[in-house]
Amino acid sequence: MNYRTQQKITRICWIVGLCALAIPFVFPFLWMLSGALKGQADVFASSSLVPAKVHWSNFSDVFAYQPFARQYFNSLYIAIVVTVSTLFISSMAGYALARLRFGGSAFILLVLVSALMMPEEVTIIPNFFLMKELGLMNSHMPLILLPLFGSQGVMATFLMRQYFLALPKELEEAGRMDGLTRFGVFFKIALPLSKPALSAVSIITFLFSWNLFLEPLVFVNDIELFTLPLALANFTDTYGLPLWHLQLAATALAVIPMLIVYVLAQRQIVESFAMSGVKG
Amino acid sequence: MSAVRKGPSLSLKAREAITGWLFVSPILTGFLIFFVGPLIAVFYYSTTEWNLLSQQSRFVGMANYVDALTRNETFWDVLVNSLVFAAGLVPLNMAMALGLALALSKSRPGAVFFRTVFFAPVITSAVAWAIIWTFLLQHESGAVNQGLSIFGIDGPNWLHEPDWAMVSVIFTRVLKTVGLNMILYIAALQSIPRDYDEAARIEGASNWEIFRRITWPLLAPTTLVIMVITVVGSLKVFDHIYLMTGGGPQNGTMVLAFYIYEQGFKFFNTGYAAALAVVLFALILLLTIVQMLLKAARK
Repeated sequence: MNYRTQQKITRICWIVGLCALAIPFVFPFLWMLSGALKGQADVFASSSLVPAKVHWSNFSDVFAYQPFARQYFNSLYIAIVVTVSTLFISSMAGYALARLRFGGSAFILLVLVSALMMPEEVTIIPNFFLMKELGLMNSHMPLILLPLFGSQGVMATFLMRQYFLALPKELEEAGRMDGLTRFGVFFKIALPLSKPALSAVSIITFLFSWNLFLEPLVFVNDIELFTLPLALANFTDTYGLPLWHLQLAATALAVIPMLIVYVLAQRQIVESFAMSGVKG
Repeated sequence: MSAVRKGPSLSLKAREAITGWLFVSPILTGFLIFFVGPLIAVFYYSTTEWNLLSQQSRFVGMANYVDALTRNETFWDVLVNSLVFAAGLVPLNMAMALGLALALSKSRPGAVFFRTVFFAPVITSAVAWAIIWTFLLQHESGAVNQGLSIFGIDGPNWLHEPDWAMVSVIFTRVLKTVGLNMILYIAALQSIPRDYDEAARIEGASNWEIFRRITWPLLAPTTLVIMVITVVGSLKVFDHIYLMTGGGPQNGTMVLAFYIYEQGFKFFNTGYAAALAVVLFALILLLTIVQMLLKAARK
């Protein structure tokens, strides 16, 4: 066997092996689509991936079953609010912790970093009573405040700090010479230079908020105020049994737009996560 | 400019300090209110007992902890389950992530496609992923068992037998998160200079020797980070349990994070749930300290 054929065989093994491994990653999405298009009776009755008869009506039934458009909007606007606020707050704090010298900054950094890995389950009980005290139960405020100021916000701050530390100081010093204040240097020089970090923070924060489940479950009761993950978990008939065809149709409606965005911007999205892991 | 400003002017140093505090104050304020405060409070709650009827709490000292450690058998089950979950998930996840990264780190045609595929569940919501897999793992009619029956295998009732339920939750969770670790490993592999590899190859080293003596040692810092992230992630798993098994059957998949939720928000045993949260806090803190020590030892 010469070198050429050996190479060819290795390459074929490589592809076949990866295809086999990819099955449990790809098939769930295909079955989701297939189930979403089947009727209630034949979700399980027919074992084929292709539905015998396509029930497009499942998708419209989703909107009849619960205020799905409203819930979709809730998730979207909450994620946007959380992302924009996080960008502001974490970039400012990250800049201060990277560049400005002030008493206590080392201590603040230490406290923030030690919270980096604390799961929300640790503080969810006191936060429940706190939100009750503040009159924020059954509202979207907890879903905005907790990611913003919890470990997610801290992670964003830390990521921004690491990025600012790596920026060359000279540009900022030149700005100072030109008479810019610290605010001016931050907004006009440092921030425009940190676009990669800002986009990484945006992507990760948006997805974090979009996929949040425990907080909505604990803080939100009204079906009108549900976010998408809560809505998806809420497709049962009067006996509490799952309505698979509707649940899968709703899941498809929630998942497919994200997958499309992911495929289009996959390089940037993947890099954002790589950055967060390397820095964190 | 400051030199020509009238009136008492602050020193540059003082102004920098004021700006610094101004910049960190938003996150610091929120962090104190919604994280530090609740963190202190959870210790206090763990020493109280909440009465649902009178809507009042009373101080019970360490009773909740004593309860958990000595009287409540579920607590030990939960702790064991959490450890089993972590012990199953972490090695599987990391080995698979490393394998995929090694296969996909070089830019061959197709590599980007497969990376995209393996990473897709990471950006998919855990709720959606768990719903789909619950659907696939139904006993007689689920796609997994239908698939197995082609090979003449009679698949178990995955989510309704305690041991298989644990296997199912671990497996689907690995599929959900392995892409992230794969990406972290790929990033680390790509930062290893090529010359090392080539020099070793000229010396006649085999692929395995190169991996064992060059790649693996150079990956060690990344492996440490990934391990800590993955262990912590496995301790806070909630969505999968809530949607796929509800902690059952027979508490077979009842893990710490889900147990806290159930005790706190379903049975309103606030004090007991707070004590459980303190246990979770201690576990994560311990892991953080171990990581810091390992990192320090390396330097």
